[in-house]
Amino acid sequence: MSIFKKALTTATIATTLFAGAAQAEDMRIALVVKALGIGFFEAAAKGAEEAAAELGGVEIIYTGPTDTTAEGQIEVINSLIAQQVDAIAVSANDTDALVPTLKKAMQRGITVISWDSGVAEEGRQLHLNPSSNPLIGNMIIKLAADHMPDGGDVAVLSATTTSTNQNIWIEEMNKVMGNYPGINVVATVYGDDLADKSYREATGLMQTYPDLKAIIAPTSVGIVAAAQAVVDAGKAGEVNVTGLGLPSEMAGAIESGASKSFAIWNPIDLGYSATMLSHALASGAAEAGPGAEIPMGRMGTLKLDENTNGAMADPFVYDSSNIDEFKSIF
Amino acid sequence: MMPQLLKSREAILLAAILALLAIIASRFPAYVEPGNLINVFNDTSTLIILAMGQMCVILTRCIDLSVAANVALTGMVVATLNTLMPGLPVVAILVVALVLGACLGAVNGLLVWKLQIPAIVVTLGTMTIFRGIVFLISDGKWINAHEMSAGFKDFPRMEIAGLPMLSWIAVLVVICFVVMINRTPLGRSFFAVGGNPNAAVYTGIDVGRTQFLAFTISGMMAGLTGYLWVSRFAVAYVDIAGGFELEVVAACVIGGISIAGGVGSVAGTLLGALFLGVIKNALPVVNISPFWQLAISGSAIIIAVAFNAQSSRTKGRVILKSAEHTA
Repeated sequence: MSIFKKALTTATIATTLFAGAAQAEDMRIALVVKALGIGFFEAAAKGAEEAAAELGGVEIIYTGPTDTTAEGQIEVINSLIAQQVDAIAVSANDTDALVPTLKKAMQRGITVISWDSGVAEEGRQLHLNPSSNPLIGNMIIKLAADHMPDGGDVAVLSATTTSTNQNIWIEEMNKVMGNYPGINVVATVYGDDLADKSYREATGLMQTYPDLKAIIAPTSVGIVAAAQAVVDAGKAGEVNVTGLGLPSEMAGAIESGASKSFAIWNPIDLGYSATMLSHALASGAAEAGPGAEIPMGRMGTLKLDENTNGAMADPFVYDSSNIDEFKSIF
Repeated sequence: MMPQLLKSREAILLAAILALLAIIASRFPAYVEPGNLINVFNDTSTLIILAMGQMCVILTRCIDLSVAANVALTGMVVATLNTLMPGLPVVAILVVALVLGACLGAVNGLLVWKLQIPAIVVTLGTMTIFRGIVFLISDGKWINAHEMSAGFKDFPRMEIAGLPMLSWIAVLVVICFVVMINRTPLGRSFFAVGGNPNAAVYTGIDVGRTQFLAFTISGMMAGLTGYLWVSRFAVAYVDIAGGFELEVVAACVIGGISIAGGVGSVAGTLLGALFLGVIKNALPVVNISPFWQLAISGSAIIIAVAFNAQSSRTKGRVILKSAEHTA
């Protein structure tokens, strides 16, 4: 085939493709998740549908591999490229493995963002984090303070002494302690993310500090074990266990009164925001870049940092009013 | 001359525990209140039960590193069973736990007995296999407090005469082991096999079969602990009791069970477990930096073992002393 013919064919195909895209009535946004059948992502899809209904003229394609592999996601993304969707919002199984495929998608004019679990910078236009370290640090102390109008003693139950994210969150928490007068952090103990050690540490805290009002555990093993220790010590209602945990794991603690509230990201909001951002970028209403601010409907605006990462919002608070709705989701 | 009593391992260990309690009480008096001591014993119960099983295995010159994984697997199975059939009585759950645990232990025992693979290799292998199976059963998911039935969770917390059921079970297990070790042919054959396997064969003891039985007993205790662990902490997931096997072995070694087999006692094992339990429960309340805690519990183990080694060294006559130095 001569070069001329080749070019002609390419041009023809390109024109056809272009026309096809232009004729599409709805904007098609693909929500690619780590694997199908996971409650967390099903909830995110629900949020995406909510955003689609709000925007109008948007079709959500909820898809993903059957198991959490990068290869599976590459296949799915390739087929989405072939279908010429307008935007791909992906929660990646691997930071780097998806980059070449996603680059190809962007070259074809598809908007690509990552959310929840990110892709390396060159493989997406922006990354949506569920929250940020300062927001989490503030939230965990706020959760305790909200139930302590008269102030008092609180203690932190962390994972291991070397756990990076735990240490960052506790550090961020200490930075904002000035905003919560009357609240003293009397101790930080480490349960090593082992149920038995966390339980013992929590019991120890209650013995050492008889006036303890709250235990803050920003770790899912620690918060569950501390709640059990509080129940066994007969102090449910006196000592409030709070921090970061999953609704399915914390439902019992909310029920027993050992925990009044705790926080974690809300998957519905996350799916909603990812869809709003994809729509804004794909429709040309906004452009991703360092320092950009992109609106995302009821969730406010997303501010991007120099690496085009953005944090959605404060962690979402779960308590007795909404735990039943979420405990079956994730 | 020191009286015989003071020389025994058990007496030294008991003195060490009392000294430890005195030191802790000087910094944190509430620790030695009866109520708290009951809590400490209750918290140590699982360790005591597992150490009893482990003692039998170590007596026969073997080691069982799969106990913690066995706890996790049995715990996950009974927790799953409870979510599927919440009406199942606790007695049935206990039977399932004991039988399943014994079966898992028997797998170790058969491999050691029939294939003559060293116990440390067998149990290192089954340790990871058991954890893997927990993952397969649970799909990596947790079974949480609200999914378990009230009866399932309440059993170890039930109080009889001021002591929770969990502690009573530990007491019962210790009594059973005292009888078995001191009063039955099986108990004596553990010592015979560990002390001198060749001589044991000549007296008509099947070494492999005895080791098999030791592993089965250890597995059965791990199964029992599996249920107790899961119901006490009201959560079951893949990593429960992670690394606990080393603590169990440590309790035995502190209690004077010789790793070389054939030497040890139930009382020593019990005190070894209590020694660790007292330390583990004291560290959180005496306000020591968490960075020091690991080093302190490690040193305590080495000091205790060093004491044991000193007190148990039999003084023989040294012949060819000079030859030994030149060698």
